[in-house]
Amino acid sequence: MASFLLNRLIQSVILLALVSVIGFAVLHLAPGGPLSQFALIPGMTQEQLAHIAHEMGLDRPLPLQYWEWVSRLVTGDWGHSYRDNQPVLAIISGRLPATFELMLTAIALAVLLGVTVGVLGAVRRGSIFDSLATVGAMVALSIPTFWFGLIVIYIFAVKLGWLPAGSRSTVGDGSFSDYFRHLIAPAVVLALVEVAIWSRYMRGAMLDVISQDFIRTARAKGLSEKSVMLRHAFRNALLPMIELAGLELPTLLGGALVTETVFTWPGMGRLFLDSLGYRDYPVVMGILMVSAVLVLIGSLFADILSAAADPRIRL
Amino acid sequence: MGAPEIATAVLDVRNLSVAFATHTGPVAAVHDVSFTVAPGETLALVGESGSGKSVTSLAVMRLTPPAPRTRLDGQALFRSRDGTVRDLLAVPERAMRALRGNEIAMIFQEPMTSLNPVQRVGDQIAEAVMTHRPVGRREALDRAEHLLARVGISDARRRLAAFPHHLSGGMRQRVMIAMALACDPALLIADEPTTALDVTVQAQILELLQDLQRETGMAIVFITHNLGVVAEIADRVMVMYAGRIVEQGEVGPVMRAPLMPYTQGLLRAVPTLTVSDGFVPLTSIPGTVPSPTALPPGCAFEPRCPYALPGLCDATTPPLDDAFDGQQVRCLRWDAVAALEARP
Amino acid sequence: MSSATVAAAVLPNRRLAGTSPRSRAWGRFKRHRLAMFGSGVILVLVFAVIFGPMILPFDPLHIDLRHRFAPPPGNGHLFGTDQLGRDLLVRLLMAGRISLTIGFMAMVVSTLIGTSVGVTAGYYGGLVGTVLMRIVDAVLCFPSVFLLLALAAFIKPSILTITLIIAATGWMEVARVVQAQIKALRHRDFILAAEMLGASGRYVMTRELLPNAAGPIIVAATLTVARAILAEAYVSFLGYGIQAPTASWGNMLNNAQQYLNSAPWLAIFPGLMITLAVTSFNFIGDGLRDALDARMDLT
Repeated sequence: MASFLLNRLIQSVILLALVSVIGFAVLHLAPGGPLSQFALIPGMTQEQLAHIAHEMGLDRPLPLQYWEWVSRLVTGDWGHSYRDNQPVLAIISGRLPATFELMLTAIALAVLLGVTVGVLGAVRRGSIFDSLATVGAMVALSIPTFWFGLIVIYIFAVKLGWLPAGSRSTVGDGSFSDYFRHLIAPAVVLALVEVAIWSRYMRGAMLDVISQDFIRTARAKGLSEKSVMLRHAFRNALLPMIELAGLELPTLLGGALVTETVFTWPGMGRLFLDSLGYRDYPVVMGILMVSAVLVLIGSLFADILSAAADPRIRL
Repeated sequence: MGAPEIATAVLDVRNLSVAFATHTGPVAAVHDVSFTVAPGETLALVGESGSGKSVTSLAVMRLTPPAPRTRLDGQALFRSRDGTVRDLLAVPERAMRALRGNEIAMIFQEPMTSLNPVQRVGDQIAEAVMTHRPVGRREALDRAEHLLARVGISDARRRLAAFPHHLSGGMRQRVMIAMALACDPALLIADEPTTALDVTVQAQILELLQDLQRETGMAIVFITHNLGVVAEIADRVMVMYAGRIVEQGEVGPVMRAPLMPYTQGLLRAVPTLTVSDGFVPLTSIPGTVPSPTALPPGCAFEPRCPYALPGLCDATTPPLDDAFDGQQVRCLRWDAVAALEARP
Repeated sequence: MSSATVAAAVLPNRRLAGTSPRSRAWGRFKRHRLAMFGSGVILVLVFAVIFGPMILPFDPLHIDLRHRFAPPPGNGHLFGTDQLGRDLLVRLLMAGRISLTIGFMAMVVSTLIGTSVGVTAGYYGGLVGTVLMRIVDAVLCFPSVFLLLALAAFIKPSILTITLIIAATGWMEVARVVQAQIKALRHRDFILAAEMLGASGRYVMTRELLPNAAGPIIVAATLTVARAILAEAYVSFLGYGIQAPTASWGNMLNNAQQYLNSAPWLAIFPGLMITLAVTSFNFIGDGLRDALDARMDLT
């Protein structure tokens, strides 16, 4: 167990280091770089720009800049927002609960629906239900999340008036049901792509397991088809799904950004977009790093969990 | 219709045919196969892969793909513990499930993959018990422990908690056998149970099966392509080729003086340790088993047969002939072949 | 040996093999109904966006404030008009030119990047391979939308830059697929034979390995078109992609939200076009995967 954990942890740290290099490079090698937003200020002269660049340390060699940035990063000093001078880490962590609320609801929906559809599709392979689910999943993967959001708003908020068109709650109403009503539409929209992915993978995993010898053994014992599927096939097919949960985090985070924008949801994704609008470099950089770290932690967690769930892997 | 008469046999298969549906129409995998097994008797089903021997056994268990994809014809009469005789191919699925793992059990070729990898072996055996007996988990586990001990696994109590990957191939096959014995079956179908095992382990497993048979009096249908194993375990032997029985009889006569050129070929392919005065060449049968979608006209073995007579063997499908001593053979020239073979 | 004996020796084999792998693959593709549907849709779309705007009697940029928000199908405007009175159908077709072009070009660029990285990593393995694939892993840690936007926000948007940005964030899947394929082929006999004959690394990579990895690359490339069209839509919808007055399917939607109540067609049609195009490419990719899978030859 200890060596597996240590190994996995070291791998993550190496990956994290690479992630930070790439994140830094993306923003600093892009034309303009951090200076671009100052260059937009009317009447800014070349000398003034050079002065600002010097003060920010931007005229020094890139590796040196990177080193300083990283050493501050690990001590928790992520810089201050250009917009309101608040510490970046505080701004981001203030937005995370809303994003997590949305993501967790969506993933719960996706797992529940996706697994059900996938299992049914595999058990009734080739049936009308299976074909419809297959085509449906491929279409769902092709629908732009933001457009699906617009359509949901149009139907359920504009036309039917059943759900609010956006934001996390009604001002002045802190009730649970109010929060819940606001959560439904964005969670469903965010879940759509994930349902499709989960149902495809679940179907594949089930079919893999069903074709294995021990399923025949279970049938030869005289078990009912339902017991064979649930007790033997399903349990085995769930194992690879744990890792999928880790792999799907980047997609989910990306989807959250778009969904939050459409539904004016006050989460990290919306903050990212707002900060881009203001060229708020430190915050953009911070969110990039936070999302990558979340993804890394997620996949590390999924790896450990699936190793723990599989008796064949000795920890 | 009253209960059909099947004399003393546990299983009486009559005219069994199995056909699978494919894109290009039905493909017959088993043709018109009939055989019986009596209590305490071991019938060996012998053939190369693709000969239909495994399909025959799966059809008897009704474990072939369900109805539109597989067509089963004929009868498989089975005598239950209570003396009733039923046609396994005609009973409803629910009744068949009550028999499977209970009165008829099956073990498979691959002990490595035939056990659920994420379930403890104790639970897998207990599941077989609980499916057919009104017992709780504790009792079922006690029974599982007893069964493990009976198949020669030491420290059975502790092994209940083992996962399949903790065990060696031979141990896993013992677990499979314990699982099959869970409800004292009257008939055990063993589909190449020793093929994947080391020779020494193979011998142990065969011995175990024989011991268990002596204790319980169960009938065994033993499927194999290994004639060496047949000589060791079987009372009677049935050789299949391209979905048909080509020779059957008591194990002694068939092994000593096979009448069908195919059986002769199989025997020549078995290495022996007996010291003979002359040089006995080890030969293999040229060619392969024809695909069931492209059977040759006439005798299916004709293209590979050293005694094939053009104009006869490639024109007429031979019937299953009664030879002597209850030995049956499907060959148009068996008496001529016997004469040729008998020459020094 | 006479030619007759040669023919006799070869013919039975050919009869057994049936047809060439390529035509068998094509046969499987033709039987894949969804893939045929997708190919049909893409063909129609390509023709429509090329010739449609020439035939339709409307200028995609012509502003006609008297006929704003004409609901479809009205006044000869089959799909209605937008907030500036422009014909929606013509704009959709013009936008299609942009979106499909970006989709194809981004696919070409990211397939080139991904294939180069994948082949290099798969062929050399060892430290080079590990480092390259770790970089792929690291880039994949960033949600692609975040990376896409971060780049797009700081670079002056044009068709070319958007294409490059999409390609820069979309090559990793191809790299992974190619690397896995090359690694698997790497130690096969025919590659070792080529190396023993003294073929250079570059020759083995481009002449021996790459053609044998063509199937998975083609499939990944097709799916990359779908992904690139979606990516363009996301960036443009969020305002960092193709800028007005040039229309793309994505940016046609970025004003649509505020008119959702009064002119829902402004939101519905561009989204349908995106979904249609992306679904079609995904269907084609699925069909190609089935068709090019050599294992299918056995069944």
